[in-house]
Amino acid sequence: MEIPYNVEERQDTGMYNAKLGIWLFLASEVMLFGGLFSAYVFLRMGDITGTFSSGSQELNVPLATFNTLVLISSSVTMIMSWVSLKLGDIKKFKLHLGSTLLLAGVFLVVKYFEYTAKFHHGIYPDTSTFFAIYFTLTGLHMIHILGGMVVIFYFLVPGSKMMKTEPERFTNRIETVGLY
Amino acid sequence: MSGHSVEDIKKSVKIYIGVFASLAVLTVVTVAASYLDLGSGEAFFLAMIIASVKGSLVAGYFMHLFTEKTTILAVLGLTFFFLITLMFLPYIAFIDHTAI
Repeated sequence: MEIPYNVEERQDTGMYNAKLGIWLFLASEVMLFGGLFSAYVFLRMGDITGTFSSGSQELNVPLATFNTLVLISSSVTMIMSWVSLKLGDIKKFKLHLGSTLLLAGVFLVVKYFEYTAKFHHGIYPDTSTFFAIYFTLTGLHMIHILGGMVVIFYFLVPGSKMMKTEPERFTNRIETVGLY
Repeated sequence: MSGHSVEDIKKSVKIYIGVFASLAVLTVVTVAASYLDLGSGEAFFLAMIIASVKGSLVAGYFMHLFTEKTTILAVLGLTFFFLITLMFLPYIAFIDHTAI
């Protein structure tokens, strides 16, 4: 059975189905992370023992800055992979999507070093409320990135067949991956 | 964005590069601001303002929200309302606590 509105826009929504689907999912993610940010504010406001100020001193600012720049770069390579598909440049598409996967890997490797450095110093989620929310937020973000890497790998290798059979549908799929 | 022409997409590449540069600069500004001698409240709000600008740039240009359909904007508007409500819950608790 053919799934409807893969390429053509629905009259009522004005877009193909997957786009509305991914935006609804992203809305749920905003609420998931929002709940945790709200918990962060709540814990910080109730922090009478000073664990937030002392805990934040343990964070590696240069590494975190580097990782932020890695994430920003990956968002550019991701959108450029979609642009390349729109322009019909398959070679550049693969280069940009591959770079996105690589940058996501770099992010996780840096995070691995950050985490292990903390474990070596005896810092764990049960060390303080600051590190409880720190590991929860960054851990959830890592799961989000891992999920993205799996999907990107799929479209780069086994799922790339669709590029030849249904190019427009494939381009829309890459757009939804980018939105994620 | 699926309906945009090749010419439109070529033009938007320059915008993407500009947004990338802006995000990189704002990241450096965030780090520099963390070294300023500010109170924790002021530092938090400054970081939130910079993060909001960065988030708007990503959502507006990379995720095409500035040119997106009303259906999606309506969904996100509703999400934003509930997000703000969620973020204000700690402050409501704080006001309630200090009023006692």
